[in-house]
Amino acid sequence: MLELKNISKKFEDFHIRDINLQVSKGDYYVVLGKSGAGKTLLLEIMAGMIIPDEGTVWLDEQNITSQRIQDRQMGLVFQDHAIFPHFTVSGNIAYPLKLRGYKGSGIDNRVKELAETMHISHLLHRYPDTLSGGEVQRTVLARTLALNPRLLLLDEPLSSLDVQYKKDLQGLLRELNRTGQTIVHVTHDYGEALALANRVGVMHQGTIVQQDAIRKVFRNPKNKFIADFVGIKNFFNAVIESIPGKKHKLARINENTAFYVLNDEIQGEVILTLEARSVLISRGKLDSTALNNFKGTISEVIPTHRGLEIIVDIGVELAVIITHESFERLGLDKGMEVWAGFKASAINIQRV
Amino acid sequence: MMFKFTKVEKINLCFKTFRIFVLMGFITTGMKQTDTTRIVFSILGALVLLFIIAPLMGMFLQTEVPGFIEATKDKEVISSIRLTLMTSALGTLFFAILSVPFSYLLARKDFPLKRLVLGIIDLPVVIPHTAAGIAVLGFISRGTLVGKAADSIGLSLVGHPIGIALAMAFVSIPFLINAARDGFESVPVRLEQAAMNLGASPLRVFFTISLPLAWRNIVSGMIMMFARGMSEFGAVVIVAYHPMVAPVLIYERFGAFGLDYARPVAVLFILVSLVFFVALRMLSKKSYVGTKKYQ
Repeated sequence: MLELKNISKKFEDFHIRDINLQVSKGDYYVVLGKSGAGKTLLLEIMAGMIIPDEGTVWLDEQNITSQRIQDRQMGLVFQDHAIFPHFTVSGNIAYPLKLRGYKGSGIDNRVKELAETMHISHLLHRYPDTLSGGEVQRTVLARTLALNPRLLLLDEPLSSLDVQYKKDLQGLLRELNRTGQTIVHVTHDYGEALALANRVGVMHQGTIVQQDAIRKVFRNPKNKFIADFVGIKNFFNAVIESIPGKKHKLARINENTAFYVLNDEIQGEVILTLEARSVLISRGKLDSTALNNFKGTISEVIPTHRGLEIIVDIGVELAVIITHESFERLGLDKGMEVWAGFKASAINIQRV
Repeated sequence: MMFKFTKVEKINLCFKTFRIFVLMGFITTGMKQTDTTRIVFSILGALVLLFIIAPLMGMFLQTEVPGFIEATKDKEVISSIRLTLMTSALGTLFFAILSVPFSYLLARKDFPLKRLVLGIIDLPVVIPHTAAGIAVLGFISRGTLVGKAADSIGLSLVGHPIGIALAMAFVSIPFLINAARDGFESVPVRLEQAAMNLGASPLRVFFTISLPLAWRNIVSGMIMMFARGMSEFGAVVIVAYHPMVAPVLIYERFGAFGLDYARPVAVLFILVSLVFFVALRMLSKKSYVGTKKYQ
C-alpha cells in the first residue's frame, strides 16, 4: 500500500538515509527507535510536509513524492497534537468534514459518530484549553479520522498519557486497526510495539536497520543494537487467571502451558515478557524458590554475541541465554531433556 | 473648569500627585518586601508617568468650561474631527486589506532582500513627517502617474480626503504591518501544517487558522495605525491644509488666536480620540474567539 524507496534527506545536523519501507493494507506498522533516530521526519515525509532529497514515496502504486500535503489524505496525529485552540472539540472534528464538502446535519452526524467512537461526546462544546492531555489526544484522533485517511500516521501517540488513558487508547487503536484502518505508529517504547504492531521497523541513526513481522524482529534481532533495544526473546500473549486462596496468579498461554505470576491489579488479556537471562537450566528438577519449573526439550542452540541462546520447548518456546562454560559443564545438547525454572517475579506483565 | 492656583498650592498639588504615582508604582510592582531597587525603579516610573500625565492634566485643568462648550458647538471643529476619524479609519481599513496578507508572507517566508524590505517598512517611522508629506504630495500631485490616473476619473487627490488618508496611512502603516507580522509569527506553523494535512488549501489555512489566531494582534495593529494616523499633523498639513483635520485646525487656532483658543479644541479632540481608542480596545478583546495563548 505505502512504500518508501531509497529515501534520503539531509539537514544541517541530521540526516536520514536510504530508507526502504513497505506497509501493506491493514497493517499496524510500528517504527521503533530511540529519540533522535529520525522517526518523526519519516512520518513528515509520508505526509508530504518534507520532500526527500532522494528516493520516492508510493501509495497504492502511485508515485506521490511531490504530491501536495492537502491531496494525500494521510492523517497525521502530531506528537504535540496541533489541536486548533480557537475551535471547540466539535469545531476541530468538523474541520476536515467541511473541507470534504459535508454540510449541516451531515457534519453534525459524523462529528457525533466520531465523538462516540472516541468517547468524547460529552466534550463537544469545550475549548481545547479546558481539556486534559488524554482528551486532547482523542479529539485530535477523531479529527484525523474525520478525514477518512487512507493511512493513519501516529507520532508517539501514547507517550504523554497516564497509564489508564494509555490502555484505553491502545484498545481504541487496536479496534481501529481491526476494522481495516492501516496505521503507521512511531514510538520509542517497544512495549507499544508488542501490544499493537503486526509489523515493526527498527530505526537507528537515520535508517531502518530491520523490518519484519514483529515476532521475527524481536526473536531474531539482526544486530547488537536491535538486540539490546528490543531483545526480548520471550514474550507471550496470555490471560490472567486467579487461583483461589493464593496470592499469586496464573497467566495462561495455551491449554497446556501457564506461568505463575505476581500481579495484583491487572486482569484479562496481557502480554508476558521474560528476559532470557532470567531462566535457569538444569538437568534435573531444582528445589529452589522459583515457582515456575518446566520440563522441556532443547530444540535449538544458537551462538550469539552474549553466549549461547538455547530454545527449550516447554509447550511454548522459551529462549534462554547461557554461557559456553555452563553449556559444556552440564553436557547440554540439542534434543536433550532439561528443566527450565524462573521466578514468578521475573515475569513482566503488560496490559493489552 | 478654570482653576486658579497659587504657587504654593501648585507645588503642593505636584507633590501630592507625585506621591500617588510612587504609591501606584509600589502597588503595580507588588511590593511584598522593602527593596531599595524596587523603590528607586518605582520613583523613576512615577517620574515618567508624571511627565506624560502632567501636561495633559494641566491642559484639562486650564480649559475653561464655556470655551469647551463653545468648541463642541463649533461646526468647523466638529467637521474637522469627523473628517479626521473618517480619513484615518478608511485609510486603515483599505491598507489593512493590502498589508495583512503581506504581513503573513513576511512572517512565514524567507526571500532574498527580506531585511531590506523590513527596513523599508519601518522607514516612515524614522523620516521627519513633513518630509513624508512632501514625498506623498510628490507621489499624488497632478503631474504623476497616480495623480493623472485619479484626474482621469475627475479626482484631485491633493487637498482631498483621499489624499489626507494616504498621508496618514504613509506614516502609520508600519504599526499595522509589524503588529500583524508579530501576530502571524506567534501562530505555530504546526497548526497550519495540521490543517493542510486535513485537506485544507493554503488559502483556506490562512482564513481558518492563521488569520483568526493572529486576529488580536492585527486588530491591535489596526487600532494603533488608526490612532497614529488620526494624530498626524506634519504629513497631512503638506498634502492638504484644507479640508482641515483636527491637528491642523488646532495648529491654525493656535497660530491665529493663541493658546486659549486652541486648547478647548485640543481637549475635545483628545477626549473623542480617547473614547474611540478605549472602545476599540474593548471591542477587540471581546471579539477574540480563541482561548489562552497556544504553545
